[in-house]
Amino acid sequence: MPFLQLDGLTKTFPGHRAVDGLSLSLARGEVLALLGPSGSGKTTTLRLLAGFEAPDAGRVIVDGEDVTGTPPVRRRFGMVFQHYALFPHLDVGENVAFGLESLGVRGAALAARVAAALALVDLTGFERRRVDQLSGGQQQRVALARALAPEPRVLLLDEPLSNLDPALRERTRRELRGLIRRVGITAVIVTHEQEDAFDVGDRVAVLRGGRLIQVGTPDELYANPRTAFVAAFIGRASEIPARVLSADAVEVEGIRWPVPWPGPEVVRAGQSVLVLARPESLRLGPEDNGRVRGVVTGRRFIGPTAHFTVRTDGGAVVEVAALAGAAREGDRVGIEPAGSGLHLFPADAM
Amino acid sequence: MKGSARLWAWLLVAGLAWLVVYPLMLVMVDGLREPGGWTLQHVGRFASQPGEWQALWASLWLSLASVVLSAAIGVPLAFLFERVDFPGRVFLGILVALPAVLPPLVGVIAFLFLYGETGFTARFVQWLLRLDEPPWRLAGPGAILLVHAYSMYVYFFLFCRAGLARLDGSMLEAAQALGAGRWRSLRSVVLPHLRPALAGASLLTFMTSLASFSAPYIFGGGYKVMTTQIVFTRLNGDDRLAMVETAALSLLALGALWVFRRADPGGALAAVGKGTAPALARVGSTGTRRAIAALAWVLAGVLLLPHLTLLVVSFVPTGTWTTEPIPPAYSLANYLALFQEPERFRPLANSLWMATLATGVAAAVALGAAFLVVRRRVATGRLIEALIGLPWAVPGTVFAIALAALFSVHDPLRLRVVLVGTLWILPLAYLVRILPITGRAIFAGFRQLDPSLEEAAASLGGDRRRTLRRVVLPALRPALAAGATLAFVTALGDFVTSIMLYTYETRPISLEILASLRQGDVGVAAANGVFLMLASAVVFALGARREVRG
Repeated sequence: MPFLQLDGLTKTFPGHRAVDGLSLSLARGEVLALLGPSGSGKTTTLRLLAGFEAPDAGRVIVDGEDVTGTPPVRRRFGMVFQHYALFPHLDVGENVAFGLESLGVRGAALAARVAAALALVDLTGFERRRVDQLSGGQQQRVALARALAPEPRVLLLDEPLSNLDPALRERTRRELRGLIRRVGITAVIVTHEQEDAFDVGDRVAVLRGGRLIQVGTPDELYANPRTAFVAAFIGRASEIPARVLSADAVEVEGIRWPVPWPGPEVVRAGQSVLVLARPESLRLGPEDNGRVRGVVTGRRFIGPTAHFTVRTDGGAVVEVAALAGAAREGDRVGIEPAGSGLHLFPADAM
Repeated sequence: MKGSARLWAWLLVAGLAWLVVYPLMLVMVDGLREPGGWTLQHVGRFASQPGEWQALWASLWLSLASVVLSAAIGVPLAFLFERVDFPGRVFLGILVALPAVLPPLVGVIAFLFLYGETGFTARFVQWLLRLDEPPWRLAGPGAILLVHAYSMYVYFFLFCRAGLARLDGSMLEAAQALGAGRWRSLRSVVLPHLRPALAGASLLTFMTSLASFSAPYIFGGGYKVMTTQIVFTRLNGDDRLAMVETAALSLLALGALWVFRRADPGGALAAVGKGTAPALARVGSTGTRRAIAALAWVLAGVLLLPHLTLLVVSFVPTGTWTTEPIPPAYSLANYLALFQEPERFRPLANSLWMATLATGVAAAVALGAAFLVVRRRVATGRLIEALIGLPWAVPGTVFAIALAALFSVHDPLRLRVVLVGTLWILPLAYLVRILPITGRAIFAGFRQLDPSLEEAAASLGGDRRRTLRRVVLPALRPALAAGATLAFVTALGDFVTSIMLYTYETRPISLEILASLRQGDVGVAAANGVFLMLASAVVFALGARREVRG
């Protein structure tokens, strides 16, 4: 029995449908990441969950209770806003106390619970600090403490990491994941960054145009993207135009490449397709008749290995992982598949 | 909830239309009516009298000239204070901006005491040259223009300073790196960026001059501009002609506003880009530094001298200063009289309670309106905003006449009741005049308020009342303080609407000043002026402090 259930949620704004028949369910304590480009409906979904928007159709059910019509004030969902929305005129302690006061907590109990919430985010003793004296990371933690203090049923996070600089971002992400696990709360996090979604979410739901494209664990999404969009959006992938030869092979610029069974939608021989290839699923080699020929136009250094950009003679731009010293810019090379990680999609699927 | 918002919005529209549009319509219509029916007779009388056209023309050219003169003082001053560092820059900058919050009448009498025919300067020259008569009379268009420039340079000073502070320093550096010299940078980078500021200040100066009443009333003598012309026509009992004049003045004001908006579409009040302010120019030698500092102090001194004069005169007991160049005796007698004689104290009390009431209501109306328009996005939003802003575009004299017309007849079916002659007409008139001030500040504050603050409060279980009290109002406090402060100061020093609508019992400070001047009681007039000045400064300082803390 799922703890939180989104059932056919639909929301239309004048001129466009933001969320279109979205159904998802979360087990108690599960963390779901909503991932998608801007305009994919992920933030609207979160606002439907919080109750700031009313759906045109569909239901939100939490712990067996239908809360679709429950106003946010009584929904007991905690929310961390993109810009944190800390009350600027209240100090840290008063911010955290706000939700507890709504529950009628007063006096010593209030102070104790504020202190406990601040301890949870490692800000013990910050009660009397002014909000504008805090760093971005500290503000984010205050926002978390404030949302968690009243012990909400579900925690909603709207791009909680987008305001942090890259150096801080990774550490904060780890802390965020640790904290959510420790508290054991059911959470939905919205992000447009694949790394954030994969790191924090137990499962990731990929949204596009208000629709759910695919939901699954990060490993499932990476290994078995159901559409070209998911494959390209999650991780790095090059698109290489190809033509179907048989159920297990395609032809790329005159070279035969073996590929796994592409599924029932692309089987016709002669059909134009796109091969989506992860950099590590391709291999660099010498320029010869068995490989797709091209010239190295760029190299992105990542340590012992590098990603080489190769422009094939047929005009495709392909990223290939190889040892950092494998080639230099301007070298003529050949490309061949290196096992799994190639996915086939109909050419018009993008 | 949606339905009740709509209902409130319509109630607001109806109330505002009754207070703001209806009186103006009455003025337009009354000029065209007679007991018998419609007539063009009064319009004809207006059009055929050269005096009317002269007054209209005087209003127009004086306003244009005021813009030019104010810019000539305010813009260089802004560059001096914003671009050059010298000792005392911050303190002087505040002092020089002070006239922005002083009631016009205070500036006018201060000017009178300094440069008038019986003022310090004239007496000094007379004494120096052993003349029998004062060397000059401060009257006519020149005097009006001088007072305008003296008080309205502040708009150019403040707008230009703000514009310069927003100028991105790296843009100037980029211009220099591209080989642009100082003058080319000024012409092709700085001035285009100041355009919105200059346009905004020009508009404000023009509209303020057009509506200006105190200066032409005190210094105009036989020289009439439209605002004074209206008042005199009314004093002569020719109400219908006054209506036509009022309509003519409001058309001139609205026409000017329309021309400005067309010449600078949407730009006048728009903010320019953001960035770090350019570094202050470091003046090379200490000699130049001292010279610039001295220049700034002298300039500030000249600009503030009238107000110092007012302070000095307020300590001169009645009847002691006759022919001497400098008053021979000083005492606190005027102030003691102000606070000990009930009849002398009454105007102070009147102004205080009426301004407080009007400000409170104006702030509440603006808050409610901003909530409906910005948060609830009611369909009538633009209309509500336009209605609240309308009194700004219409000279105070016009509104005084219009409100006098609306509230002098008992005709409940036509929504008219008699308020003229009662306690309530002045607070009501003040309310209409200051609505645009609180409105603009509070609407801007609401627009800057992050809507997710309210959502955060809701998701934390805060009900609507608690959210309003604990989150929305405190977050709006800077805007509220700024708007209410300016509104209060405006109502406290109001002269132009008061002179048409006051009764002896409700006479405000401004009319007490006028009465004292007429009786030759300059000390008492000055003491009242100083009280206005101090009250304005104190309220403003309080408001500004809140803004910093909030």
